[in-house]
Amino acid sequence: MCAPVIPRSLAKNTRGLRSQLKDSVPVTGMGPQVGAYGVQDTLRSGFSSVKNELLPSHALELSEKNFQLNQDKMNFSNLRNIQGLHAPLKLQMEYRAARQIQRLPFLQSSHLALDTLKGNDESISFEDILNDPAQSEMMGEPHIMVEYKLGMM
Amino acid sequence: YRKMATLSVCQPQLGGFSFENCKRNAVLEAEVTKLGCNVPSARKTGTTICGVVFKDGIVLGADTRATEGMIVADKNCSKIHYISPNIYCCGAGTAADTEMTTQIISSNLELHSLSTSRLPRVATANRMLKQMLFRYQGHIGAALVLGGVDCNGPHLYSIYPHGSTDKLPYVTMGSGSLAAMAVFEDRYKQDMEEEDAKRLVRDAIAAGIFNDLGSGSNIDLCVITKGRVDYLRPHDMANKKGVRTGNYKYKQGTTGVLTKSVIKLDLEVVEETVQTMDTS
Repeated sequence: MCAPVIPRSLAKNTRGLRSQLKDSVPVTGMGPQVGAYGVQDTLRSGFSSVKNELLPSHALELSEKNFQLNQDKMNFSNLRNIQGLHAPLKLQMEYRAARQIQRLPFLQSSHLALDTLKGNDESISFEDILNDPAQSEMMGEPHIMVEYKLGMM
Repeated sequence: YRKMATLSVCQPQLGGFSFENCKRNAVLEAEVTKLGCNVPSARKTGTTICGVVFKDGIVLGADTRATEGMIVADKNCSKIHYISPNIYCCGAGTAADTEMTTQIISSNLELHSLSTSRLPRVATANRMLKQMLFRYQGHIGAALVLGGVDCNGPHLYSIYPHGSTDKLPYVTMGSGSLAAMAVFEDRYKQDMEEEDAKRLVRDAIAAGIFNDLGSGSNIDLCVITKGRVDYLRPHDMANKKGVRTGNYKYKQGTTGVLTKSVIKLDLEVVEETVQTMDTS
């Protein structure tokens, strides 16, 4: 469970990993997370390894990470073309207001208003069945999470 | 654990698929194949499923064997899944994928029909399935035959794992699909009667069962008409396990008894405890 550095003994088996990923192109969305001062934030995200950061571990990883964002972008641009600029602006304003109705960051909030606005209350998908954040075995440090959210860190 | 805890500080935790272990799995797989062992494979339903449109509705048919590599994992599994009271779906491919996909779409369709207060349409189920399967680019290995009767009449779709669909009067899927399609191509007619359609589907599935190793056991049928669904499981037990003709047990009295002596062992009950089974 420590930092993702591959020890020397397993480095020989990178061929196995490479041959599986040989069709994938290094993508920019997976780059090292830059913290303050433009360098890798070692304290927060551990040591970095180029192989881990550059290649996605699964073909669907990137597309799933950005799926909701891409859907929203597509829907908003459709709405703008059909109804005019006011429609996505108004909706985004409502989303921003509804997103603020939540508990402190380390507690589970229901996001009921946001879900109703987005229409997620009428559909079930893998986000609701697998990996439910309410059932996760790990809890974040409350002080650090609140400091991070308030921008004090 | 420190890294994971700090990661959860920066990004909100989301549900859905987590790809954390993919790199670890790739490394483990390489190690295991180097040692010469095999990684366990997923349970597939090497299958024959088919559907046909007849005069008043739809007949769906499926075999009942689930395989895990070369071994039969389930001799009598149910491959015709419920989607809504008027729509049923047969599934071929990875068994877990077809099961979960049809359950998710069934839930979504129920929510949708509650919100529109109308009977759901087959085209809606088709569109939901193809959008979900395309989103996962074929990694969800579910090949489906979707059929039902709605306000516009009977409809039959075949849906492939990458998300393409076909709307046809007769479709087959699975490893035995060629054998079943041969039967359909020979004997399909438009506007058949219900009994003819059932016999045709039964023969198509039987062709798949007898000519394909991945399909076997019984034949399940599902007849959907306007207002009535007949779920015939099993419709036909094509492969019954035979009855042993010879009996190798010796009759009582074959061996003659020469002497008989009874020794009584005196045992006393020391302790008696009752452990209840947890049957909840």
